[in-house]
Amino acid sequence: MKRAFPILAVLTAALLSYALYEALVVAPTDAMQGDVYRIIYYHVPSAWTMFVFFIVNFVASVVYLVRRSAKADAVAVAAAEVGVVFCSVVLVTGPLWARPVWGIWWTWDVRLTSTLVLWLIYVSYLMLRRFAGGGQMPVLAAALAVFGALDMPLVYFSIWFFRTQHPQPVVGGGGSIDPRMLHVWLLNWLAFLCFGGLVFWSRYRLEVLQQEVDEAEALQSLLEPRGAR
Amino acid sequence: MNFLYAAYAATWLIHIGYLVTLARRYARLRGKIRELAKR
Repeated sequence: MKRAFPILAVLTAALLSYALYEALVVAPTDAMQGDVYRIIYYHVPSAWTMFVFFIVNFVASVVYLVRRSAKADAVAVAAAEVGVVFCSVVLVTGPLWARPVWGIWWTWDVRLTSTLVLWLIYVSYLMLRRFAGGGQMPVLAAALAVFGALDMPLVYFSIWFFRTQHPQPVVGGGGSIDPRMLHVWLLNWLAFLCFGGLVFWSRYRLEVLQQEVDEAEALQSLLEPRGAR
Repeated sequence: MNFLYAAYAATWLIHIGYLVTLARRYARLRGKIRELAKR
């Protein structure tokens, strides 16, 4: 992976540029919303990518609780961080789309509120990891991640079960979408998945390296003579 | 159109901001590793 990383980074950059071109130039303009609907090509793929990383975090947290594997812990923290970044994108692009289309920046409906709560849960998870000390911290963080993941189905299914301002899904929800729009949509999702995957890999490597440094420091402090410190 | 460009710009600002923090953390950790190797 180390050797392939620069090649994959270049390929991902090319894919993102091509997907951006398709989103801004090639995709047809929406008859109702005009060009502003093109926010969909960043907003929805970011939301789907966010779900992928939060699910990875959930699975890794369960694995950590069962096996106490340091690698699972590293996967969990890396996935949570990348997921929070994508969730931030969703929470910023959403209001920027809502203002010209709905006439409001924000409304406290179930989809929007549960997404904000999801973001707050994972920010709390990262803060717990950053500021809590002691050997039990990864266990507490993993437990929080497992319970935090319960908000994900609420976010996803809220538009089916509740009357919300947020529109019904046009993919997989009985709606319809122009095939050219769907193609650009999926292309952007693929591009963001590849980008997110590379960022996740970098963050995971950083976490593993951090664990090794922490171990080496602890070992060195044990081996050093008392007067030397 | 302004909202569209604002949304795309905000997306990349968030991603680039995060990449910068990652690069900084890598640099800090490399410094720590050098320090450990010296001891």
